[in-house]
Amino acid sequence: MSRYNRHIILSEIGQIGQDKISKAKVLVIGAGGLGCPVLQYLAAAGIGTLGIMDFDVVSESNLQRQVLFGTSTLSVNKALAAKKRLEDLNNTITINAYPKRLTSRNALEIFKNYDIIVDGTDNFETRYLVNDASILTNKPLVYGGIYKFEGQLSVFNYNNGPSYRCLFPSPPEAGTIPNCSEIGVLGVLPGIIGTMQANEVIKIILELGNVLSGRVLYYNALSSEMTSIKINKSETEIQKVINNKPFFNSKEEEIKCTVTIPEISIEEVFKNNNLQFIDVREMEEQPKVTSINPLYLPLSEFENNLDKIDLEKTKVIFCQAGIRSKSAVSILQKYRINNSYSIKEGALEIIEYIKKNGK
Amino acid sequence: MKLAIKYFGQLAEITECSEEEFEFSGMKISDLREALFLKYSKLSNKDFQIAQNQVLVSDDTEITTNEIALLPPFAGG
Repeated sequence: MSRYNRHIILSEIGQIGQDKISKAKVLVIGAGGLGCPVLQYLAAAGIGTLGIMDFDVVSESNLQRQVLFGTSTLSVNKALAAKKRLEDLNNTITINAYPKRLTSRNALEIFKNYDIIVDGTDNFETRYLVNDASILTNKPLVYGGIYKFEGQLSVFNYNNGPSYRCLFPSPPEAGTIPNCSEIGVLGVLPGIIGTMQANEVIKIILELGNVLSGRVLYYNALSSEMTSIKINKSETEIQKVINNKPFFNSKEEEIKCTVTIPEISIEEVFKNNNLQFIDVREMEEQPKVTSINPLYLPLSEFENNLDKIDLEKTKVIFCQAGIRSKSAVSILQKYRINNSYSIKEGALEIIEYIKKNGK
Repeated sequence: MKLAIKYFGQLAEITECSEEEFEFSGMKISDLREALFLKYSKLSNKDFQIAQNQVLVSDDTEITTNEIALLPPFAGG
Protein backbone atom coordinates (compact mmCIF):
# COMPACT_ATOMS: atom_id res chain seq x y z
CA MET A 1 0.00 0.00 0.00
CA SER A 2 1.59 3.28 -1.09
CA ARG A 3 -0.40 5.36 1.43
CA TYR A 4 2.19 4.77 4.18
CA ASN A 5 5.28 4.57 1.92
CA ARG A 6 7.03 7.57 3.52
CA HIS A 7 6.75 5.89 6.93
CA ILE A 8 7.77 2.46 5.68
CA ILE A 9 10.92 3.65 3.94
CA LEU A 10 12.14 5.16 7.24
CA SER A 11 14.40 2.47 8.69
CA GLU A 12 13.22 3.46 12.22
CA ILE A 13 9.60 2.60 11.32
CA GLY A 14 9.48 0.16 8.40
CA GLN A 15 6.58 -2.22 7.69
CA ILE A 16 6.81 -3.58 11.23
CA GLY A 17 6.34 -0.11 12.73
CA GLN A 18 3.51 0.72 10.36
CA ASP A 19 1.77 -2.52 11.37
CA LYS A 20 2.02 -1.43 15.02
CA ILE A 21 0.34 1.87 14.07
CA SER A 22 -2.42 -0.01 12.23
CA LYS A 23 -3.11 -2.14 15.31
CA ALA A 24 -3.16 0.82 17.74
CA LYS A 25 -6.36 2.13 19.33
CA VAL A 26 -6.34 5.77 20.40
CA LEU A 27 -9.12 7.73 22.09
CA VAL A 28 -9.14 11.53 21.75
CA ILE A 29 -11.25 13.40 24.32
CA GLY A 30 -12.32 16.76 22.91
CA ALA A 31 -12.31 17.55 19.18
CA GLY A 32 -11.47 21.22 19.60
CA GLY A 33 -8.30 23.27 19.11
CA LEU A 34 -6.03 20.48 20.33
CA GLY A 35 -8.18 17.51 19.27
CA CYS A 36 -8.40 18.57 15.60
CA PRO A 37 -4.65 18.46 14.79
CA VAL A 38 -4.20 15.34 16.94
CA LEU A 39 -6.97 13.56 15.03
CA GLN A 40 -5.82 14.82 11.65
CA TYR A 41 -2.27 13.47 12.02
CA LEU A 42 -3.29 10.24 13.74
CA ALA A 43 -5.85 9.44 11.03
CA ALA A 44 -3.31 10.27 8.31
CA ALA A 45 -0.71 8.06 10.03
CA GLY A 46 -3.13 5.13 9.88
CA ILE A 47 -4.01 4.54 13.55
CA GLY A 48 -6.20 1.42 13.28
CA THR A 49 -8.95 2.55 15.62
CA LEU A 50 -9.56 6.19 16.47
CA GLY A 51 -12.16 7.23 19.06
CA ILE A 52 -13.46 10.82 19.09
CA MET A 53 -15.43 12.10 22.03
CA ASP A 54 -17.09 15.54 22.11
CA PHE A 55 -20.60 16.65 23.10
CA ASP A 56 -20.29 20.15 21.63
CA VAL A 57 -21.31 21.47 18.21
CA VAL A 58 -19.19 23.46 15.74
CA SER A 59 -19.63 27.22 16.01
CA GLU A 60 -18.24 29.93 13.76
CA SER A 61 -15.71 31.12 16.36
CA ASN A 62 -14.17 27.60 16.33
CA LEU A 63 -13.09 27.84 12.68
CA GLN A 64 -10.13 30.16 13.47
CA ARG A 65 -8.26 27.11 14.88
CA GLN A 66 -10.31 23.91 14.69
CA VAL A 67 -9.07 22.86 11.28
CA LEU A 68 -11.25 19.77 10.71
CA PHE A 69 -14.40 21.89 10.43
CA GLY A 70 -15.82 24.35 7.92
CA THR A 71 -18.87 26.42 7.14
CA SER A 72 -20.68 23.27 5.94
CA THR A 73 -20.39 21.69 9.41
CA LEU A 74 -21.57 24.67 11.51
CA SER A 75 -23.96 23.46 14.27
CA VAL A 76 -22.98 19.81 13.63
CA ASN A 77 -21.71 17.77 16.59
CA LYS A 78 -17.89 17.91 16.59
CA ALA A 79 -17.30 14.16 17.03
CA LEU A 80 -19.59 13.42 14.07
CA ALA A 81 -18.22 16.25 11.91
CA ALA A 82 -14.62 15.16 12.63
CA LYS A 83 -15.43 11.52 11.83
CA LYS A 84 -16.86 12.54 8.46
CA ARG A 85 -13.82 14.63 7.55
CA LEU A 86 -11.35 11.96 8.72
CA GLU A 87 -13.12 9.19 6.80
CA ASP A 88 -12.37 11.15 3.67
CA LEU A 89 -8.73 11.58 4.76
CA ASN A 90 -8.31 7.86 5.48
CA ASN A 91 -11.01 5.33 4.63
CA THR A 92 -8.90 2.35 5.71
CA ILE A 93 -9.20 2.94 9.47
CA THR A 94 -12.02 2.52 11.98
CA ILE A 95 -13.37 5.73 13.52
CA ASN A 96 -15.73 5.66 16.50
CA ALA A 97 -17.58 8.88 17.29
CA TYR A 98 -18.95 9.46 20.81
CA PRO A 99 -21.17 12.56 20.50
CA LYS A 100 -21.62 12.87 24.25
CA ARG A 101 -20.08 14.23 27.42
CA LEU A 102 -17.38 12.27 29.25
CA THR A 103 -18.63 11.47 32.75
CA SER A 104 -17.36 9.34 35.61
CA ARG A 105 -20.17 6.93 34.69
CA ASN A 106 -19.04 6.22 31.11
CA ALA A 107 -15.27 6.95 31.30
CA LEU A 108 -13.93 3.57 32.48
CA GLU A 109 -16.17 1.59 30.11
CA ILE A 110 -15.02 3.59 27.06
CA PHE A 111 -11.31 3.92 28.05
CA LYS A 112 -10.85 0.17 28.41
CA ASN A 113 -11.35 -0.31 24.65
CA TYR A 114 -8.30 1.85 23.79
CA ASP A 115 -4.50 1.68 24.25
CA ILE A 116 -3.73 5.39 24.55
CA ILE A 117 -5.83 8.36 25.73
CA VAL A 118 -5.34 11.93 24.45
CA ASP A 119 -6.57 14.90 26.51
CA GLY A 120 -7.80 17.75 24.31
CA THR A 121 -10.40 19.06 26.76
CA ASP A 122 -10.88 22.68 27.82
CA ASN A 123 -11.71 22.61 31.52
CA PHE A 124 -10.14 21.31 34.72
CA GLU A 125 -13.09 19.21 35.83
CA THR A 126 -12.82 17.03 32.71
CA ARG A 127 -8.99 17.04 32.76
CA TYR A 128 -8.95 15.52 36.27
CA LEU A 129 -11.63 13.05 35.25
CA VAL A 130 -9.56 12.00 32.19
CA ASN A 131 -6.44 11.67 34.37
CA ASP A 132 -8.15 9.60 37.07
CA ALA A 133 -9.87 7.32 34.56
CA SER A 134 -6.49 6.81 32.81
CA ILE A 135 -4.93 5.75 36.13
CA LEU A 136 -7.83 3.40 36.92
CA THR A 137 -7.71 1.74 33.48
CA ASN A 138 -3.87 1.86 33.36
CA LYS A 139 -3.64 3.76 30.04
CA PRO A 140 -0.94 6.25 29.04
CA LEU A 141 -2.35 9.77 28.75
CA VAL A 142 -1.01 12.30 26.26
CA TYR A 143 -1.80 15.67 27.79
CA GLY A 144 -1.86 19.15 26.24
CA GLY A 145 -3.10 22.48 27.60
CA ILE A 146 -3.07 26.01 26.21
CA TYR A 147 -3.35 29.58 27.44
CA LYS A 148 -3.38 32.53 25.01
CA PHE A 149 0.13 32.26 23.47
CA GLU A 150 1.51 29.44 25.63
CA GLY A 151 1.12 25.69 25.75
CA GLN A 152 2.06 22.80 27.98
CA LEU A 153 2.58 19.17 27.08
CA SER A 154 3.33 15.92 28.90
CA VAL A 155 2.73 12.17 28.87
CA PHE A 156 1.22 10.77 32.07
CA ASN A 157 0.73 7.24 33.44
CA TYR A 158 3.34 5.95 31.00
CA ASN A 159 5.43 2.94 32.12
CA ASN A 160 4.60 3.59 35.75
CA GLY A 161 5.50 7.30 35.42
CA PRO A 162 3.91 10.36 37.07
CA SER A 163 0.30 11.47 36.51
CA TYR A 164 -1.31 14.89 36.09
CA ARG A 165 -1.97 14.91 39.86
CA CYS A 166 1.78 14.51 40.51
CA LEU A 167 2.21 17.84 38.70
CA PHE A 168 -0.95 19.61 39.93
CA PRO A 169 -2.50 17.60 42.81
CA SER A 170 -5.93 19.24 42.76
CA PRO A 171 -8.01 21.43 40.43
CA PRO A 172 -7.69 25.21 40.83
CA GLU A 173 -10.71 26.94 42.28
CA ALA A 174 -13.45 27.29 39.66
CA GLY A 175 -13.18 30.40 37.53
CA THR A 176 -9.62 31.40 38.51
CA ILE A 177 -8.07 30.25 35.22
CA PRO A 178 -10.02 31.19 32.11
CA ASN A 179 -10.26 28.99 28.99
CA CYS A 180 -9.95 30.00 25.32
CA SER A 181 -13.61 30.96 24.85
CA GLU A 182 -13.29 33.43 27.71
CA ILE A 183 -9.92 34.99 27.05
CA GLY A 184 -8.90 34.19 23.47
CA VAL A 185 -6.11 32.08 21.98
CA LEU A 186 -3.70 32.40 19.09
CA GLY A 187 -5.20 30.05 16.46
CA VAL A 188 -1.94 28.42 15.47
CA LEU A 189 -0.97 27.57 19.09
CA PRO A 190 -3.28 24.52 19.56
CA GLY A 191 -2.08 23.46 16.11
CA ILE A 192 1.49 23.31 17.42
CA ILE A 193 0.70 21.69 20.79
CA GLY A 194 -1.85 19.25 19.28
CA THR A 195 0.64 18.17 16.63
CA MET A 196 3.21 17.58 19.38
CA GLN A 197 0.62 15.43 21.19
CA ALA A 198 0.13 13.37 18.01
CA ASN A 199 3.92 12.96 17.85
CA GLU A 200 4.03 11.59 21.42
CA VAL A 201 1.23 9.11 20.57
CA ILE A 202 3.23 7.81 17.59
CA LYS A 203 6.41 7.56 19.71
CA ILE A 204 4.55 5.53 22.36
CA ILE A 205 3.18 3.15 19.72
CA LEU A 206 6.55 2.72 17.98
CA GLU A 207 8.59 2.77 21.20
CA LEU A 208 10.75 5.32 19.46
CA GLY A 209 12.90 8.10 20.98
CA ASN A 210 12.23 9.52 24.44
CA VAL A 211 8.57 9.76 25.34
CA LEU A 212 7.79 13.00 27.25
CA SER A 213 7.07 11.15 30.50
CA GLY A 214 8.31 12.55 33.83
CA ARG A 215 8.63 15.98 32.27
CA VAL A 216 6.30 18.83 31.41
CA LEU A 217 7.16 21.03 28.46
CA TYR A 218 6.15 24.71 28.34
CA TYR A 219 6.11 26.38 24.93
CA ASN A 220 5.80 30.11 24.32
CA ALA A 221 4.70 31.01 20.79
CA LEU A 222 5.82 34.65 21.16
CA SER A 223 9.38 34.01 22.38
CA SER A 224 9.63 30.66 20.52
CA GLU A 225 11.14 29.26 23.72
CA MET A 226 10.60 25.83 25.24
CA THR A 227 11.25 24.92 28.87
CA SER A 228 11.25 21.33 30.07
CA ILE A 229 10.67 20.67 33.79
CA LYS A 230 11.22 17.32 35.51
CA ILE A 231 8.27 15.91 37.49
CA ASN A 232 8.59 13.19 40.10
CA LYS A 233 5.95 10.55 40.67
CA SER A 234 3.85 11.00 43.81
CA GLU A 235 2.73 7.55 44.96
CA THR A 236 0.40 9.22 47.49
CA GLU A 237 -1.51 11.16 44.81
CA ILE A 238 -1.88 8.09 42.58
CA GLN A 239 -2.88 5.86 45.51
CA LYS A 240 -5.63 8.34 46.46
CA VAL A 241 -7.16 7.93 42.99
CA ILE A 242 -6.93 4.14 43.19
CA ASN A 243 -8.45 4.09 46.70
CA ASN A 244 -11.35 6.18 45.42
CA LYS A 245 -12.19 3.72 42.64
CA PRO A 246 -15.29 2.28 44.38
CA PHE A 247 -16.73 5.81 44.54
CA PHE A 248 -15.71 6.79 41.02
CA ASN A 249 -19.10 6.17 39.44
CA SER A 250 -20.90 8.15 42.10
CA LYS A 251 -18.78 11.29 41.63
CA GLU A 252 -21.33 12.75 39.28
CA GLU A 253 -23.96 12.47 41.96
CA GLU A 254 -21.82 14.67 44.22
CA ILE A 255 -21.62 17.33 41.55
CA LYS A 256 -25.38 17.20 40.97
CA CYS A 257 -26.09 17.57 44.67
CA THR A 258 -24.24 20.86 44.95
CA VAL A 259 -26.37 24.00 44.90
CA THR A 260 -27.45 25.16 41.47
CA ILE A 261 -26.40 28.62 40.38
CA PRO A 262 -29.31 30.84 39.29
CA GLU A 263 -28.75 31.91 35.69
CA ILE A 264 -30.62 34.44 33.63
CA SER A 265 -30.63 35.33 29.93
CA ILE A 266 -30.07 38.89 28.68
CA GLU A 267 -33.70 39.23 27.56
CA GLU A 268 -35.03 38.30 30.99
CA VAL A 269 -32.59 40.65 32.74
CA PHE A 270 -34.01 43.81 31.25
CA LYS A 271 -37.57 42.88 32.29
CA ASN A 272 -36.51 43.64 35.86
CA ASN A 273 -35.98 46.91 37.73
CA ASN A 274 -33.61 47.95 40.50
CA LEU A 275 -30.63 46.07 39.07
CA GLN A 276 -26.99 46.23 39.98
CA PHE A 277 -24.78 44.93 37.19
CA ILE A 278 -21.40 43.53 38.23
CA ASP A 279 -18.58 42.86 35.77
CA VAL A 280 -16.29 40.20 37.28
CA ARG A 281 -13.72 40.21 34.49
CA GLU A 282 -10.20 41.42 35.22
CA MET A 283 -9.81 45.18 34.65
CA GLU A 284 -7.81 44.82 31.43
CA GLU A 285 -10.47 42.71 29.69
CA GLN A 286 -12.45 44.25 26.85
CA PRO A 287 -15.01 45.29 25.67
CA LYS A 288 -16.45 47.23 28.62
CA VAL A 289 -20.25 47.43 28.84
CA THR A 290 -20.42 51.08 29.83
CA SER A 291 -24.11 51.62 28.93
CA ILE A 292 -25.32 49.58 31.94
CA ASN A 293 -22.86 51.29 34.31
CA PRO A 294 -21.61 48.11 36.01
CA LEU A 295 -19.68 47.77 39.23
CA TYR A 296 -16.21 46.41 38.39
CA LEU A 297 -15.27 43.62 40.80
CA PRO A 298 -12.72 41.25 39.18
CA LEU A 299 -13.22 37.65 40.31
CA SER A 300 -9.64 37.50 41.63
CA GLU A 301 -10.55 40.15 44.24
CA PHE A 302 -14.29 39.53 44.38
CA GLU A 303 -14.46 37.96 47.82
CA ASN A 304 -12.56 40.87 49.42
CA ASN A 305 -14.90 43.49 47.98
CA LEU A 306 -18.35 42.19 48.86
CA ASP A 307 -18.99 45.36 50.92
CA LYS A 308 -19.21 47.37 47.67
CA ILE A 309 -22.31 45.43 46.61
CA ASP A 310 -25.71 47.08 47.13
CA LEU A 311 -27.70 44.42 48.98
CA GLU A 312 -31.03 46.14 48.27
CA LYS A 313 -30.72 45.61 44.54
CA THR A 314 -30.97 42.51 42.35
CA LYS A 315 -27.39 41.53 41.57
CA VAL A 316 -26.79 40.62 37.93
CA ILE A 317 -23.29 39.32 37.25
CA PHE A 318 -21.54 38.88 33.94
CA CYS A 319 -18.12 38.07 32.49
CA GLN A 320 -16.77 37.07 29.08
CA ALA A 321 -18.54 33.72 28.62
CA GLY A 322 -20.83 33.13 31.59
CA ILE A 323 -18.44 30.88 33.51
CA ARG A 324 -16.68 33.16 35.96
CA SER A 325 -19.99 34.92 36.65
CA LYS A 326 -21.32 31.60 37.97
CA SER A 327 -18.33 31.34 40.31
CA ALA A 328 -19.08 34.84 41.57
CA VAL A 329 -22.72 33.91 42.29
CA SER A 330 -21.55 30.83 44.18
CA ILE A 331 -19.32 33.07 46.32
CA LEU A 332 -22.33 35.31 47.04
CA GLN A 333 -24.35 32.24 48.01
CA LYS A 334 -21.59 31.27 50.41
CA TYR A 335 -22.10 34.61 52.18
CA ARG A 336 -25.89 34.23 51.98
CA ILE A 337 -26.17 37.21 49.64
CA ASN A 338 -29.33 36.23 47.78
CA ASN A 339 -31.13 37.68 44.82
CA SER A 340 -28.03 37.24 42.63
CA TYR A 341 -28.01 35.94 39.06
CA SER A 342 -25.34 34.97 36.55
CA ILE A 343 -25.97 36.16 32.98
CA LYS A 344 -25.76 33.19 30.63
CA GLU A 345 -24.21 35.23 27.83
CA GLY A 346 -20.95 37.19 27.79
CA ALA A 347 -20.10 40.89 27.59
CA LEU A 348 -20.02 40.92 23.79
CA GLU A 349 -23.53 39.45 23.50
CA ILE A 350 -24.83 41.94 26.08
CA ILE A 351 -23.49 44.87 24.05
CA GLU A 352 -25.02 43.47 20.87
CA TYR A 353 -28.36 42.88 22.56
CA ILE A 354 -28.49 46.45 23.88
CA LYS A 355 -27.52 47.81 20.45
CA LYS A 356 -30.38 45.89 18.85
CA ASN A 357 -33.12 46.13 21.46
CA GLY A 358 -32.19 48.90 23.88
CA LYS A 359 -32.36 48.25 27.60
CA MET B 1 21.00 35.53 46.96
CA LYS B 2 19.95 36.75 43.53
CA LEU B 3 17.40 34.38 41.94
CA ALA B 4 16.50 34.27 38.25
CA ILE B 5 12.73 33.62 38.18
CA LYS B 6 10.69 32.68 35.11
CA TYR B 7 6.93 33.22 35.04
CA PHE B 8 4.50 31.40 32.74
CA GLY B 9 0.92 32.02 31.56
CA GLN B 10 -1.28 34.17 33.76
CA LEU B 11 1.51 34.57 36.31
CA ALA B 12 3.60 36.56 33.81
CA GLU B 13 0.60 38.88 33.36
CA ILE B 14 0.51 39.56 37.10
CA THR B 15 4.27 40.17 37.39
CA GLU B 16 4.27 42.01 34.04
CA CYS B 17 7.43 40.19 33.00
CA SER B 18 8.29 36.65 31.94
CA GLU B 19 11.65 36.68 33.70
CA GLU B 20 13.29 38.75 36.43
CA GLU B 21 16.13 38.86 38.94
CA PHE B 22 14.81 38.59 42.48
CA GLU B 23 16.80 39.39 45.60
CA PHE B 24 15.97 36.79 48.23
CA SER B 25 17.35 35.95 51.68
CA GLY B 26 15.13 33.01 52.79
CA MET B 27 15.92 29.30 52.89
CA LYS B 28 13.01 27.34 51.50
CA ILE B 29 10.57 27.37 48.61
CA SER B 30 7.80 28.27 51.09
CA ASP B 31 9.80 31.39 52.10
CA LEU B 32 10.10 32.29 48.44
CA ARG B 33 6.33 31.96 47.98
CA GLU B 34 5.79 34.42 50.82
CA ALA B 35 8.37 36.86 49.46
CA LEU B 36 6.70 36.70 46.05
CA PHE B 37 3.23 37.26 47.55
CA LEU B 38 4.57 40.39 49.26
CA LYS B 39 5.81 41.79 45.97
CA TYR B 40 2.82 40.56 43.91
CA SER B 41 -0.28 40.21 46.10
CA LYS B 42 -2.36 38.86 43.19
CA LEU B 43 -0.13 35.77 42.97
CA SER B 44 -1.62 34.51 46.23
CA ASN B 45 -4.95 33.79 44.47
CA LYS B 46 -3.30 31.67 41.79
CA ASP B 47 -2.47 27.98 41.68
CA PHE B 48 1.07 27.24 40.61
CA GLN B 49 3.98 24.89 41.22
CA ILE B 50 7.60 25.89 41.59
CA ALA B 51 10.60 24.35 39.84
CA GLN B 52 14.21 24.73 40.93
CA ASN B 53 16.96 24.02 38.41
CA GLN B 54 14.25 22.65 36.06
CA VAL B 55 12.93 20.12 38.59
CA LEU B 56 9.51 20.44 40.26
CA VAL B 57 10.02 20.87 44.02
CA SER B 58 7.79 21.02 47.09
CA ASP B 59 7.35 23.90 49.55
CA ASP B 60 9.76 22.45 52.11
CA THR B 61 12.63 22.09 49.61
CA GLU B 62 15.68 24.20 50.36
CA ILE B 63 16.76 26.65 47.70
CA THR B 64 20.20 25.67 46.46
CA THR B 65 20.38 27.14 42.96
CA ASN B 66 19.30 30.46 41.53
CA GLU B 67 17.20 29.08 38.66
CA ILE B 68 13.50 29.19 39.58
CA ALA B 69 10.31 28.82 37.49
CA LEU B 70 6.66 29.37 38.47
CA LEU B 71 4.35 26.97 36.64
CA PRO B 72 0.58 27.41 36.40
CA PRO B 73 -1.86 24.82 34.97
CA PHE B 74 -3.56 25.67 31.63
CA ALA B 75 -7.24 24.86 31.14
CA GLY B 76 -7.61 25.62 27.43
CA GLY B 77 -7.84 23.12 24.62
